[in-house]
Amino acid sequence: MAQMNLLHAINNALVIAMTENERAVCFGEDVGHFGGVFRATSGLQEKFGKLRCFNTPLVEQGVIGFANGLAAQGSVPIAEIQFADYIFPAFDQIVNESAKFRYRSGNEFDVGNLTIRTPYGGGIAGGLYHSQSPEAYFAHTPGLKVVVPRNPYQAKGLLLASIRDKNPVIFFEPKRLYRASVGEVPTEDYQLPLGKAEVVTPGSDITLLAWGAQMEIIEKAAEMAATDGISCEIIDLRTILPWDIETVVNSVTKTGRLVVSQEAPLTAGFASEIAATIQKECFLHLESPIARICGMDTPYPLSLEKEYVADHLKVYEAIKHSINY
Amino acid sequence: MNTDVYKESPVVHQPAFIDGHSVEIPILKVLQQDGNVYDGAELPVIDQESATKIYKTLAFHRALDERMVASQRQGRLSFYMTALGEEAASVGGAAGLKPQDMIMAQYREQGALMYRGFSLENFMNQMFSNEKDLGKGRQMPIHYGSRELNYMTISSPLATQIPQATGYAYGQKLQGLDAVTICYFGEGAASEGDFHAGLNMAAVHRAPVIFFCRNNGYAISTPADEQYAGNGIASRGVGYGIKTIRIDGNDILAVLKATQDARTYALAENKPVLIEAMSYRLGAHSTSDDPSGYRTREEEAKWQAHDPILRMKNWMLANKWWDEEQETTLFDKLREEILAAVKVAEIIDKPPVEDLITDVYDEPPTLLKAQLEELKLHIKKYPEAYPFTAGRIK
Repeated sequence: MAQMNLLHAINNALVIAMTENERAVCFGEDVGHFGGVFRATSGLQEKFGKLRCFNTPLVEQGVIGFANGLAAQGSVPIAEIQFADYIFPAFDQIVNESAKFRYRSGNEFDVGNLTIRTPYGGGIAGGLYHSQSPEAYFAHTPGLKVVVPRNPYQAKGLLLASIRDKNPVIFFEPKRLYRASVGEVPTEDYQLPLGKAEVVTPGSDITLLAWGAQMEIIEKAAEMAATDGISCEIIDLRTILPWDIETVVNSVTKTGRLVVSQEAPLTAGFASEIAATIQKECFLHLESPIARICGMDTPYPLSLEKEYVADHLKVYEAIKHSINY
Repeated sequence: MNTDVYKESPVVHQPAFIDGHSVEIPILKVLQQDGNVYDGAELPVIDQESATKIYKTLAFHRALDERMVASQRQGRLSFYMTALGEEAASVGGAAGLKPQDMIMAQYREQGALMYRGFSLENFMNQMFSNEKDLGKGRQMPIHYGSRELNYMTISSPLATQIPQATGYAYGQKLQGLDAVTICYFGEGAASEGDFHAGLNMAAVHRAPVIFFCRNNGYAISTPADEQYAGNGIASRGVGYGIKTIRIDGNDILAVLKATQDARTYALAENKPVLIEAMSYRLGAHSTSDDPSGYRTREEEAKWQAHDPILRMKNWMLANKWWDEEQETTLFDKLREEILAAVKVAEIIDKPPVEDLITDVYDEPPTLLKAQLEELKLHIKKYPEAYPFTAGRIK
């Protein structure tokens, strides 16, 4: 065990992955000698050489196109997109290529070795182009896996699982927590399962569901609710696609109430998908409408960030409203 | 850090704009239309056996294209794309490589796959999207692919294969393989961002990839002079710092020579090469297209006189490696075999309904399995509405 922040945990996972498999390659803008703008790939070029850890030209569609080709060839590309806000030039390569490679070829070829790492999310005064949470765009694409860790321990175990998974994975890293989230992390190799949610705190009155950095928010809201005598069951979804319906259904069947919270805007966010599925599966168990506490349907603001975000107070109000419905 | 390019520039004190067309790009021609080789032309490595294989592949290509367009017109096939008039680019390119080299094509390069030995049955099964199709009946006709033959499955979105080819070749280099990647695309696709991304990254990261542009004059209806204003696609290679050559794409010997040399260079230097093959799309873009809406018969006739297959035949005849009797026998046999193969493939069953959910992931997730079960129940309820699958559901 060692104290690590989320960046250290990711760096540690990358070192393990590149050590165990000489075909693992890390690249992206500023990823080489500099170690990435957040320093997640720090020291990798020194350790593994310039052929296996390098800067790419500034072209996201090229980074992912290159990664798709490398993965199809049998290498293990771990590509970084510097900010999730800048992933859109690569949207075609991800949605039309990575996601469909195996299916369209009848399994003659696949890019299952591909992992795309990208920092996402707000709370860093990053304004509209350094704060977005675009997971729902990718969740609408069969063939991809979408993973979001909430802390250093989760980040290392889920990233190693993502790199070794035989499907293309987009790994969204909560950049607000890169240095803010610190915890005990095993120094040895371990994996956490993809496609499995985790019940972080058991409870009986209401289910709170989130992922990534939003987990802190719902945990804080649950603490407030506890002082009112409300017992919250807290679930980290961890994998957005394919998502763990069973764990959420079991919880809501028990509690009868659900609040889903996400950083991304409300309309057509992944919380909407969860709400639709849970109302179908748990219809006769529900005591109140499922609440979605999300970002507003605007671009991510700058000076009014505090007002815009789905903070713990908005989640707390939703909990009370659900209980008193 | 390399900023030497500035130090090497001659310094001037009056503005010296460089003309956008100042780079002169010669065009390699080896074989004349009458079958004679140009004086002093350097020949590729070729003998009677390899020449015959190339010529038979070209003949197969022509015969298949003719038959499949006819089948589409008869309503037996949904869609087809010929490579009429530019078959030398794909067949000659594949012939200049080794079997272990990866081919990443756009969609009009079935000739390369033919050269590699993809069977007539495999072509048919793909086009009729039946249960024997390697691609499991998931893509429109002509989207072939074969791992065994190192021919990457075709993807409809244009130019996406270009940066992928760079990555693929980079992987080959990392493994130290005796293998390169060839990447085909048209002059239209070269306007896509992926073209820039792929070429630039290949040059910067030294990937052994051969970029092969078939400049056939048209992107569906858009002529090349409405596609770009520069000196073709070749001039861009120079800008990326890539070794570049322009060739007569209807000249099989020029294609073969350029590809053979490009392979040697790419492998020895770990660097990319750009080949721009000048040709003409004699056929329609696809069976859904009608070129009479955007070009003249006169223009087409002019290019019919540059037929690459006839040119090679003339050379074969001049070498006494081929004769008219062999020609007739070959084409009669091909037409017969192809027609027979159509009749077989078109009545083979569609893929089973279970194939709807396989290969989306390595293993179908729980939700997808549930969706399939739900669908099966629905099909059983209305079997007459789903005749291909209803009778086969367990």
